[in-house]
Amino acid sequence: MKSSHLLSAADLDRDDALRILDTAEELLSVAQRPIKKLPTLRGRTVVNLFFEDSTRTRISFEAAAKRLSADVINFSAKGSSVSKGESLKDTALTLQAMGADAVVIRHSASGAPHRLATSRWMSGSVVNAGDGTHEHPTQALLDAFTMRRHLGDLEGKSITIVGDVLHSRVARSNALLLHTLGAEVTLVAPPTLLPVGVETWPVAHAYDLDANLEKADAVMMLRVQRERMNASYFPSAREYSRRFGLDTARMNRMPEHAIVMHPGPMNRGMEITADVADSPRSVIVEQVTNGVAVRMAVLYLLLGGAADADSPEGNA
Amino acid sequence: MVVSSDAPRPDDMPARTVLDEQDISRALTRITHEILERNRDADGVLLLGIPTRGVDLARRIAARMSEVEGRPITPGSLDVTMYRDDLRMRPARALEHTSIPEDVDGKTVVLVDDVLFSGRTIRAALDALGDLGRPKAVQLAVLVDRGHRELPIRADFVGKNLPTSLAEKVKVRLTEADGEPDSVTIVGGAS
Repeated sequence: MKSSHLLSAADLDRDDALRILDTAEELLSVAQRPIKKLPTLRGRTVVNLFFEDSTRTRISFEAAAKRLSADVINFSAKGSSVSKGESLKDTALTLQAMGADAVVIRHSASGAPHRLATSRWMSGSVVNAGDGTHEHPTQALLDAFTMRRHLGDLEGKSITIVGDVLHSRVARSNALLLHTLGAEVTLVAPPTLLPVGVETWPVAHAYDLDANLEKADAVMMLRVQRERMNASYFPSAREYSRRFGLDTARMNRMPEHAIVMHPGPMNRGMEITADVADSPRSVIVEQVTNGVAVRMAVLYLLLGGAADADSPEGNA
Repeated sequence: MVVSSDAPRPDDMPARTVLDEQDISRALTRITHEILERNRDADGVLLLGIPTRGVDLARRIAARMSEVEGRPITPGSLDVTMYRDDLRMRPARALEHTSIPEDVDGKTVVLVDDVLFSGRTIRAALDALGDLGRPKAVQLAVLVDRGHRELPIRADFVGKNLPTSLAEKVKVRLTEADGEPDSVTIVGGAS
């Protein structure tokens, strides 16, 4: 990859993105082997720096790094000096002193990974594992990977992303990446849950889910992020799920080949019914499996080659 | 493998052809028979080519073997990129395809590559194989052995032994991979 960090899906051009997806395709088979390990990143240290709760992303990055034989240090804000008031800078300096080759960071503040990458506090690669309501590029990559396995080349494919776009870093990263890969993205949400300036995104937006089901090759449901909502964005949960939830009747109106996706964690009964989540057209569990392969590909491409060959500050 | 593909600026130097289409075809036929002779027959033999040209060569050997044995023989491919010892010397490379048609446990695996040089690619291949299972034996077939080994590795089946100097480059061209007629040429060096 051209950069030694992965901060935003917008940093990836088409070649970079395809390179990651093709690499992940090969790495997927590692999960089926008797020895699920490659020696490639032996002796490298990957730090999972999680200031926000996460199950699948942290486990997924941990599994990916371990399958490449890297040493993994897990750091979560709870129970660390962060709760004593330590700043991001001091945490970064500590990690640098411990010799971290890559830091996978999740933070509730949008832009925290960018700050870490451009600060010179540390010299390793920075991978954004979700920052506030900004971006979550590896999730977008694993979504694109999953879609590609089911739908083939994404050029011209129609992807409908439904729900809480306003608070969703997944939606933003997906919109950018899918556009780069040539897909046509439609965001569907109540007007209150679409961000200001969405018309400048390279995607279409709509307020009516039913009108956007029949053409969709994939429908991605987003979680309603109650914890980020400081006002009422819709009248009631029941009304939301009636208008923007995916139930069996709506799923049956999708084309035969279309898949149902959800980045997790799901609110069953809210944005997606249990029947749909567990139906054969749902690829939600597969998304998790693919996540490990995609993150292996990202870590390999960032760390596997010549050390600091293309990082601007070199090995200072 | 190392020197065959993207050798920089060899085109302005004089090239001499050491093997032409006919020679390569005869060498592969001989290697096929040698493999069958050594292992009695093709039962329990698994051909694995090392990308990219090793895979093409493995396919050709498998086709010849199928003819002799009278049953289809499927070769596989084994990408060794993740096991190389020179990964940190250049930017991360794209991976090639690995396909293992059957379990390697208890099989006699014949690795196939185009050029045997330092032996480091084969070392990586042996490590990769070790993670896939426990073959009964591993043998090595190469189209060209150009010497200059840096590891204690030798080939079991050799198309042609080609004494070279380190200043020379050995270029293998195969129709499948390169879209030009088969050939092995030596480029550069003093001649």
